[in-house]
Amino acid sequence: MIDALPLSVTLPLLGALAVTVSPAHARGLGLLTAVLTTASGLAVTSAVWSDGVLRADLGGWGAPLGIALEADGLSAAFLAMANAVALAISVYAGGYFKQETALHFWPLWLLLWSALNGLFLATDLFNLYVTLELLGLSAAALGARTGTREAVAANLRYLLVGLLGSMSYLLGVALVYAAYGVLDIGLVAEAIEPGPVAWTAMTLMFGGLILKVALFPMHFWLPPAHANAPAPVSAALSALVCKAAFYLVLRLWLDVFAPVLNEAAANLLGVLGAAAVVWGSWRALRAERLKLLAAYSTVAQVGYLFIAFPLLVATPPGLARDNLLAAVVLLALTHGFAKAGFFLAAGMVQKTAGHDRIDDLGGAAQALPAATFAIGLAGVSLIGLPPSGTFLAKWMMLEQAMILGHWWWLVVMMIGTLLAAAYIFRVLSRAFNREPAPYRFVNDARTELPALLLGMIATFGFGIAAQPLWVLLEQGAFG
Amino acid sequence: MTDQLLYAQLLYGGSGIILVLLGLWSFLVHAPLLRKLIAINVMGAGVFLILVAIAYRGIDTAPDPIPHALVLTGIVVAVSATALALAFGKRLDQDADPE
Repeated sequence: MIDALPLSVTLPLLGALAVTVSPAHARGLGLLTAVLTTASGLAVTSAVWSDGVLRADLGGWGAPLGIALEADGLSAAFLAMANAVALAISVYAGGYFKQETALHFWPLWLLLWSALNGLFLATDLFNLYVTLELLGLSAAALGARTGTREAVAANLRYLLVGLLGSMSYLLGVALVYAAYGVLDIGLVAEAIEPGPVAWTAMTLMFGGLILKVALFPMHFWLPPAHANAPAPVSAALSALVCKAAFYLVLRLWLDVFAPVLNEAAANLLGVLGAAAVVWGSWRALRAERLKLLAAYSTVAQVGYLFIAFPLLVATPPGLARDNLLAAVVLLALTHGFAKAGFFLAAGMVQKTAGHDRIDDLGGAAQALPAATFAIGLAGVSLIGLPPSGTFLAKWMMLEQAMILGHWWWLVVMMIGTLLAAAYIFRVLSRAFNREPAPYRFVNDARTELPALLLGMIATFGFGIAAQPLWVLLEQGAFG
Repeated sequence: MTDQLLYAQLLYGGSGIILVLLGLWSFLVHAPLLRKLIAINVMGAGVFLILVAIAYRGIDTAPDPIPHALVLTGIVVAVSATALALAFGKRLDQDADPE
């Protein structure tokens, strides 16, 4: 089973090469690679589930010199989400792109996927930098695929901001190496101690990552870049690329900088998160285009993830903290599924109607019942209504905030939830504003079913069966 | 000998930090793409200089290979990123004058 680890990184790379060599079969080869990669990713997750932490030292070189891949519960949970969502996006893209544009899509998309799996499995700080950079480059190139002026300009800005973020991260890595002489996460964690060097390194690395996660006020590049990309790419950017940066923040926070942390840093992140929730939700409510709404909603949802940090720091280790941690992961995973489903369905609406202006969406429910249903389902998750995973996660965060007496986070989350309900209902009210007419439920199974399935998983899958996540996270993450 | 080592590391590392700060300032202040790109590259050069300074262990001792490997990888990444950004910029320029 240990072979599944390198496979989930190398398979998409090989697939990207195969697609480049044989462009005539781009779609077939791409889909085949997608299925195989997902299978290997899920194999890793199930192996972690049953056997505990997996580790593979590539070429027989272990830490501190070699490149190792490791999967613990946290990696495995994110890996499973990323691969399931990526498979759905691949199936959707198979129907979305025409043959000639598919040619440019598949190699970059598979490269992005490889970088993503690599990031979740990498064990040393520098490999994380390389995968992060690969992810940023392929994401910016993919985002500009539509070729419109807005898309190119937005993604150029995304690329430059991403570069700035990576530079800051790399500087932090250099400082860590200068001070401790190791890069492996486990070894750094053993060596690190609070002090000016660790502080500076943490600030630089988190600063860079926050740019990449698009936490308020560093979110300015996200809405144009995500809203102007082709639908499958928007889904990948919002659901996966931002989550990868967040995963990295969480991983560094838990495994490396735990002894360096203090309440002030956590509170700062929490305040920024709260601002992101309010501002992102407000802008989503005011957005005129469906995809722009989805992009601002991502800004807001990222905010919730950061509100968890002050709560995590204030909670003493134990069952409550473990639950809170699992709730954060659950929130991130659910958002991955929901936002991908939302963007895919929105892309379908945009393709059919020729635009995605919310006010002119009338009749969408009649023309595209399945896509509208998918938007509704994803919306349930974004708002946090039961039985979605978001509901469960927010409930646990609220409960912990009340136990700690930090009532102000409660207020922020309530406002965010109300605003989310408002913007989702605004979309649905426009989509359902005509008399019902008999029509086929699914028009284009290839593009609509993935969106529908993602929405279903976000709403029902996680809400009803969240227990496995707790079991998975016990493998290493609950240290 | 250790004094020399310390001075060399401080000189190169300090220059690296200055380059990073200059690059960052220039990136934030200047709007044109080319300037931003050069600024990012100056920042990158600063970070690499810091890594090289870390690797230095005196004249008689071989330098630490790991930071050197990091710098090499970092340069490859920086070159690819610059190329992609330039391609984007070219595309924007072509769109600006449709001749």
